[in-house]
Amino acid sequence: MNKQRKAIALISGGLDSMLAAKLILDQGVQVEGINFYTGFCVEGHTHAIRKKDVQKQKRNNALWVAEQLGIKLHIVDVVEEYKDVLIHPRHGYGAHMNPCLDCKIFMVKKAMEWIEQNGFDFIITGEVIGQRPMSQRKDTMPVVAHQSGADDRLLRPLCARNLPPTLPEREGWVEREQLLDLSGRSRKPQMALAAQYGFTDYAQPSGGCCFLTDEQYSRKLVDLWEHRSSRDYTLDDIMLLKVGRHLRPAPHFKLVVGREEGENNFLSGYRKEFTHLTVESHMGPLVLVDGELSAADLELAARIAARYSQGRSAEQVMVKVHYLDGSECELSVAPLAGHEIAEAWQV
Amino acid sequence: MSHYQLDTRRLLCPMPVIRTQDKVQQLQPGDRLTVVATDPGALNDIPAWCRINGHRVVEVSRAEGEVLVEIEVGPSQPLDP
Repeated sequence: MNKQRKAIALISGGLDSMLAAKLILDQGVQVEGINFYTGFCVEGHTHAIRKKDVQKQKRNNALWVAEQLGIKLHIVDVVEEYKDVLIHPRHGYGAHMNPCLDCKIFMVKKAMEWIEQNGFDFIITGEVIGQRPMSQRKDTMPVVAHQSGADDRLLRPLCARNLPPTLPEREGWVEREQLLDLSGRSRKPQMALAAQYGFTDYAQPSGGCCFLTDEQYSRKLVDLWEHRSSRDYTLDDIMLLKVGRHLRPAPHFKLVVGREEGENNFLSGYRKEFTHLTVESHMGPLVLVDGELSAADLELAARIAARYSQGRSAEQVMVKVHYLDGSECELSVAPLAGHEIAEAWQV
Repeated sequence: MSHYQLDTRRLLCPMPVIRTQDKVQQLQPGDRLTVVATDPGALNDIPAWCRINGHRVVEVSRAEGEVLVEIEVGPSQPLDP
C-alpha cells in the first residue's frame, strides 16, 4: 500500500492558496494549512478597532479557508523573525515597503522547517506565474524555491504545468495532469474554479492582504524609522500605525489622534506608555504623544486635539494632559482652524 | 483534568488565537482553558480554531468589553505529526 503523503499548504486566507490546497486534497494527499503572522497582515484588526466596522464580519480569513477545506491550520507568530526580512530585504522593496520576494522566500523557508520537524513531504503555495509583479514571476519563482531551501519540494498546483516537474510529481505522489497551467494577472480562471468547487464569500486580497503594500501605511512606517535612531520596531509600533490620524508638527514629536470611539478605545490601551491628551469640555479624541514636548509644543498639541473635538468652533476648549508619572494638567486653548493643520504634518 | 486561564486582553486577532494554540499544545486532553480577550474577533476566531483542530468550546460569553471562551482540549494535539 502506498504511503499516505502529507503536504503543508501556505494559507493566506485568499482564494489562490485555498484553490491550490483543494487541488491537492482532491488527489488524496493529507493537507494541513500554515499561516504566518508578520504583524502586517490585513485581518480583523482594523475591523476590531473601528466602531463603524463593528457590523462587519470579524473573521480570520485563514481560519475560514481551513474550515471550508476541512483541514487543520497552524498559525505561526513570526513577528520577531520578520523584522530582518523587512529591514534588510536582499531583493529590495516593491512599489512601497513591501519586500514581497524576500517575504515569500522567508515563508517557504519557515514551511520547510515545519515539514522537516513534523514529517511532512512537501509544500504547496497558491502562486501563479505572472500574478504578482515581484514574487510571482517566471524568473523569481525558481529563486523562491532555491533560496528557501525547499527546491523541488515546493509545488505550485495552480501553475505547475508551466514549471518543471517537482518531486511530488516525479514520484507520483500527485498527478501532474490534474494540476493547472494558469498564468498572468487575470482572476477569471480562479473565480471559475471557485464556482466549480462551490466556494463563495472568499476574501479577495490580491496583494491587499499585507499593510506593507499600502502607500499610506508604508509612509507612516518610513516616518517612524526616520525619526528614530534605528529601524527596529515592536508589535505595538506597527499596530499603532494602523490606527488614528498621524500628525508630525515637528521632527521631535508625533501625535496619534483617535478618529472615532473605537479608535479612542484602542488608543486608551496605550495610556500607560504614552503621554496623552483628552478633551474635557467636549466630546473629542484621545491623542497619544510620541516624543518629548516643550510647553509650546504642548499647547500646539492641545490645540490640535481641540480641533478634532466637537468644540472645534468654540472659543476655548479644555484639554487635559496625562503624563507618564500619573500627574495631570489642564489647558484651556483655542482650537486650531482647519487651514492651520499643515499638510506637511500629515504622516 | 485541570483548569487554566489565558489573558489575551489588548491583543488583536490573530494573536489571541496564536496564544490559545500555543497554550493548548502544553495541555492534556480533557483540560479546560478559559481565554479572556478584548478583541471581539476572538469571539469567532477561537471557536473556529477549536472546530478545525478538534477541541470543544464549552462556553462563550461577553461582558464589559471582554470576551471569554472556555475550551476543553480535544483528544489529539494539533501539532502531532
